[in-house]
Amino acid sequence: MTTILTCPFKKLPTTSKWALRFAIRPLSCSSQLRAAPAVQTKTKKTLAKPNIRNVVVVDGVRTPFLLSGTSYKDLMPHDLARAALTGLLHRTSVPKEVVDYIIFGTVIQEVKTSNVAREAALGAGFSDKTPAHTVTMACISANQAMTTGVGLIASGQCDVIVAGGVELMSDIPIRHSRKMRKLMLDLNKAKSMGQRLSLISKFRLNFLAPELPAVAEFSTSETMGHSADRLAAAFAVSRLEQDEYALRSHSLAKKAQDEGLLSDVVPFRVPGKDTVTKDNGIRPSSLEQMAKLKPAFIKPYGTVTAANSSFLTDGASAMLIMAEEKALAMGYKPKAYLRDFMYVSQDPKDQLLLGPTYATPKVLEKAGLTMNDIDAFEFHEAFSGQILANFKAMDSDWFAENYMGRKTKVGLPPLEKFNNWGGSLSLGHPFGATGCRLVMAAANRLRKEGGQYGLVAACAAGGQGHAMIVEAYPK
Amino acid sequence: MVACRAIGILSRFSAFRILRSRGYICRNFTGSSALLTRTHINYGVKGDVAVVRINSPNSKVNTLSKELHSEFTEVMNEIWASDQIRSAVLISSKPGCFIAGADINMLSACKTLQEVTQLSQEAQRILEKLEKSPKPVVAAINGSCLGGGLEVGVPAALDMMLTGRNIRADRAKKMGLVDQLVEPLGPGLKPPEERTMEYLEEVAITFAKGLADKKISPKRNKGLVEKLTAYAMTIPFVRQQVYKKVEEKVRKQTKGLYPAPLKIIDVVKTGIEQGSDAGYLSESQKFGELVMTKESKALMGLYHGQVLCKKNKFGAPQKDVKHLAILGAGLMGAGIAQVSVDKGLKTILKDATLTGLDRGQQQVFKGLNDKVKKKALTSFERDSIFSNLTGQLDYQGFEKADMVIEAVFEDLSLKHRVLKEVEAVIPDHCIFASNTSALPISEIAAVSKRPEKVIGMHYFSPVDKMQLLEIITTEKTSRDTSASAVAVGLKQGKVIIVVKDGPGFYTTRCLAPMMSEVIRILQEGVDPKKLDSLTTSFGFPVGAATLVDEVGVDVAKHVAEDLGKVFGERFGGGNPELLTQMVSKGFLGRKSGKGFYIYQEGVKRKDLNSDMDSILASLKLPPKSEVSSDEDIQFRLVTRFVNEAVMCLQEGILATPAEGDIGAVFGLGFPPCLGGPFRFVDLYGAQTIVDRLKKYEAAYGKQFTPCQ
Repeated sequence: MTTILTCPFKKLPTTSKWALRFAIRPLSCSSQLRAAPAVQTKTKKTLAKPNIRNVVVVDGVRTPFLLSGTSYKDLMPHDLARAALTGLLHRTSVPKEVVDYIIFGTVIQEVKTSNVAREAALGAGFSDKTPAHTVTMACISANQAMTTGVGLIASGQCDVIVAGGVELMSDIPIRHSRKMRKLMLDLNKAKSMGQRLSLISKFRLNFLAPELPAVAEFSTSETMGHSADRLAAAFAVSRLEQDEYALRSHSLAKKAQDEGLLSDVVPFRVPGKDTVTKDNGIRPSSLEQMAKLKPAFIKPYGTVTAANSSFLTDGASAMLIMAEEKALAMGYKPKAYLRDFMYVSQDPKDQLLLGPTYATPKVLEKAGLTMNDIDAFEFHEAFSGQILANFKAMDSDWFAENYMGRKTKVGLPPLEKFNNWGGSLSLGHPFGATGCRLVMAAANRLRKEGGQYGLVAACAAGGQGHAMIVEAYPK
Repeated sequence: MVACRAIGILSRFSAFRILRSRGYICRNFTGSSALLTRTHINYGVKGDVAVVRINSPNSKVNTLSKELHSEFTEVMNEIWASDQIRSAVLISSKPGCFIAGADINMLSACKTLQEVTQLSQEAQRILEKLEKSPKPVVAAINGSCLGGGLEVGVPAALDMMLTGRNIRADRAKKMGLVDQLVEPLGPGLKPPEERTMEYLEEVAITFAKGLADKKISPKRNKGLVEKLTAYAMTIPFVRQQVYKKVEEKVRKQTKGLYPAPLKIIDVVKTGIEQGSDAGYLSESQKFGELVMTKESKALMGLYHGQVLCKKNKFGAPQKDVKHLAILGAGLMGAGIAQVSVDKGLKTILKDATLTGLDRGQQQVFKGLNDKVKKKALTSFERDSIFSNLTGQLDYQGFEKADMVIEAVFEDLSLKHRVLKEVEAVIPDHCIFASNTSALPISEIAAVSKRPEKVIGMHYFSPVDKMQLLEIITTEKTSRDTSASAVAVGLKQGKVIIVVKDGPGFYTTRCLAPMMSEVIRILQEGVDPKKLDSLTTSFGFPVGAATLVDEVGVDVAKHVAEDLGKVFGERFGGGNPELLTQMVSKGFLGRKSGKGFYIYQEGVKRKDLNSDMDSILASLKLPPKSEVSSDEDIQFRLVTRFVNEAVMCLQEGILATPAEGDIGAVFGLGFPPCLGGPFRFVDLYGAQTIVDRLKKYEAAYGKQFTPCQ
């Protein structure tokens, strides 16, 4: 995610130009979509555990995800988060006072609203008696918000939780340099004019050089795009494969958007602007056009480009999570259960984005499921190269033996069940908000396509990863 | 090593990063007999790109040997002759090494100047052809690319030619030595090193194709400074000034002791002023001359010795040392900690006082932080390395230690006390190593319950800079203990000599008589500055008077007294009273700020300590004019050193003369151009040295009595 931060100034113009230049084309690759999943017998009927409360998703919404620097550019993060919260209130009609707790994920924090969950909740009209906190875990921040809520419910501490996430990449905190900050702070403490003058005399012009938020993984100083490019090279993922995958993502997203499948999107009336109703980053192009782009990170021979990476996005999401009995008592018909989940972490340099590969087998084993039991895969697409490298890793016995301590490979998710309504590459990736989008996509797909188990997985900066099983609520 | 680098000077001058050269033929690929017998180089064709793989058999590194050279020429010619091939990629099959330089064995095998000259000329010819090749050649380099290897791979800058610096890849790119960098890959579907090589090859092939198709231009964009420099160099007057400046600088650095750098300048001059043919000719001749010099022989001897001392002759220890504990956070203790934590050893640093501990921890941190400043480490890596260090005042955690190294004061009763304390808390397998410079290990081990686990590990200060580790075994030390100690030393990156126990072991024992002579010379009225310049001009990296200050006057006094007691008159000469008086006045050398010189924080210039005048005056000796010429003074110092070294070999303290040479050069700064005391005796003739000793014996007596 950090890579993407490099872009706001440089990449973005190209990206949007790129988007404009190529007219949206109707997609042509739907054949595999049509293939109906074969009917399978599940290894398990349900994942309910004795003596543990079932946790359900009543519903979830998100604002449209927009390319940063577009319609949301004058907002503050809590405005977006508020929009998601009011959308959720509207969608579920939940009485504000029953909400026990609110948790939001975010990555690049706006300094003024460092606990953005609380500011957004107050602004959205939630009771001032409902506590709220903000979590951060890079691209799986919203996942952390949800699982924190799951924990609070399962342990009996709470019954009703609102979990969500927000990211506003249109505005990021650019700071004065450390030297300048120090000078300003010292000036504040200076008592006499003489002290002040002597401090001011220490001022140098280079103090004014601004400091951008971390553009690189802190531990390795490597930008994420660079790491993704190396990862793709390590797994011998070609440029063409990456472009093809990106095209698939955009085509599927376009189709889902056109068919109205993205039902978690709620319109957002942007103050002083038009009402935004849909995601604006979906831009199916052609392989030829994509092949013309230059590598964005490893120049000139790298394979990761603006077209096969997720773009900088503004957006927010929110979900209503309840204990099953509470939801039923309130007369809700929940969409899905949130079942076993798993966090993993590995080498932040060479395996930065392999979280899904590590997390998937673990969460399946924990739940007692196999890959075949999963009807809907929703993986976070940071980069095409990252998804394809994860595929290759999951399909490799050698990798499983040497790096995961497993005897056999994890197995490849069947592509016809994979991110069928588009993914982060096409829908966008507001770092802090993507987790809820993944879960809602899985839940909605299970309802629509008629499966029982969904698997959500994501990678995150810091070499961390997350996976969670979503079980469809019986109709 | 200096000599190797001279190999292809001129070709470096041409600044192609991408060499234009060779193509090669498919039919060779299908198996002519020549191909089958090729052992150093093989090649294949990918599309219209020839991929030439260099792989010296049975060796960790590729070196420019005769065989490699002839096969390379053969392959090259085939490539040039082929129509199908439009470009070529040079790559090594060994991850981590492109070409390490000329084959030293090949050079040492050369008997005459002509032989070397011829070798060099052959190499030049192929390199010149490579440079002028009509087909683009891309060198894909992973790992060390030194000397002649560099010439094959890339052109080099003058600076590099002279000093043989090690340059990191990113620096090399900035210097324009290489065009593109490929970052190492992590794990994928194959081991990372293997896939990285493959990837490097893929990228190189893309480049080669691009060059052949003229899609990529081999020209570098020169910066303004570079353009200006290039322009200035076309003016003869500026050129002369540059030569002069460079020569001055080199002379200052080498003190005229190493012939190679000056010859390099000569050759470059010839090449530029008289055209490249004359340059090539001059280069090969000069190279021949250099290989035949004593300096070259001495350095090659050192190289072989160093290779020997980088091996563990005791085999692998039963148990790897993972937890290390160090007693005493002084200069030595903290230094040992520093070289241990950055190799991943969990290290406890224990001291008796909080101030001592603070200072030691700060030393380790500073050592690491300096690397961050030089961009050799990231601040994150520094922190994570530093977390391997635990500083403490008690023995907590010693029950997990695999090895304890004590670096407390040089006082036998103190060493006995800590040994007993430690043995009460450490596990049975734990090794107790003593870092002492002179106390016999068997005396330290006398109070041990398990003397087979006691060993000496004598580090040299500053530990992070000095490469030598002298390991001292007693008769009771077990083989496995030795194996462990050597394994730890190697892990810490040390060059290791293993010697038998005895007063002063090997290094201190050799140094002591020389130091005694230093004192006598000073007593005879030679100015410390003059003495320093005499010793450095002989090839010592540090002047003799400065050395006393660096080691510490109190330490020197200790050693002189201890060894003087054991060896008697042979270690006499200077009056130890000089040291005693210095210690009593607090002139302990650098650590106390005053010794022979005055040391001030942040001040580079060294001034003589004028308070020393009275001490020296009170102990003044009349110089003996027949043995007080500059050369005599130098030889009085060196011969006493060498004589004692030979005694050590005779008495079996040293196992081999090679170890003696390595110990003296890497631990004591014996002039590398002389190759160590034993090489020195060989190169200058034992008889000449005995004659010198006899002359000094006549003047001073027993201290100069030559050994057998």
